[in-house]
Amino acid sequence: MSILEVGTVKAVEPAVPLVAAPPPPPFDLESHEWLRTLRADGATRDAAIARLHTLLLGAARFEISRRRHTMRHLRGNELEDIAAEAAADATLSVLRRLDDFRGASRFTTWAYKFALLEAAVKLRKRAWQGREVPLEPDDWDIFSSTALGPDAASEQRELLAAVQTAVAEALTPHQRSVLVALAVNGVPIDVLAERLSTNRGALYKTLHDARRKLRAHLVERGFALADRLEAE
Amino acid sequence: MTDRSEIGQALGRLLGPAEPEVGCDVCFDELDRYVELELAGRDVDAEIPGLRAHLAGCPACREEHDSLYALLSA
Repeated sequence: MSILEVGTVKAVEPAVPLVAAPPPPPFDLESHEWLRTLRADGATRDAAIARLHTLLLGAARFEISRRRHTMRHLRGNELEDIAAEAAADATLSVLRRLDDFRGASRFTTWAYKFALLEAAVKLRKRAWQGREVPLEPDDWDIFSSTALGPDAASEQRELLAAVQTAVAEALTPHQRSVLVALAVNGVPIDVLAERLSTNRGALYKTLHDARRKLRAHLVERGFALADRLEAE
Repeated sequence: MTDRSEIGQALGRLLGPAEPEVGCDVCFDELDRYVELELAGRDVDAEIPGLRAHLAGCPACREEHDSLYALLSA
């Protein structure tokens, strides 16, 4: 099941004031032709759907190829099955959401993202198939260090203690489980969503709220966070 | 061995982006336009505010962004 099939979340709070969308540009000729043929009847539509499926199969294979190194335990035919399933599901999603295409990008770009999403979600779920999803912190060690000098190590210990206190005290049990699974234990969000019978958007909202509480808790206790965080 | 950079990254994963961000569904809706704007060298932050922050905070959406960018660049 994709995030597209399990509900929507428009924006994480605090919502970004979305700039009013500009009027959609006129479709480029190729996009127009895709829409015309996919909305046609009979053989024209069948041929367009077959062309769309081929396009999306290529995108799904591309995604799988990018992630192949993380899926060494899978044989080639299993990966091809995943690509085929992703392409079939993505084709259905595109056909179902054809009226959502606004011409803000080329049609093929818009369609590709459905195949990439389906392939990525299937691969993440496959990688975690049969594995327990850890909801308790089992990797706080990342915050301990033997490489830092005494002052930095002391500072780090203090911050770690504050983080652990904030996780334990400032969050609801659900926020704590979601934060720990996603941000500490590295569980993919689609995998956790499936295990908790929810969807990616709702889980990310929970994660966002938990992060906001953690930040506020740490700032209230005098920690300056800006120089401690690094984007990956 | 853990160094300051790894600790900073771990904290970054825990605390997420500080600036306002869109959610996963808005990210998916806008991703095709965002990547085409990026490839055209446009100011994506001005045109789709909050999406870059979301990509920094959501590994799954970031992976899908990176894949679409790579596919269109191939």
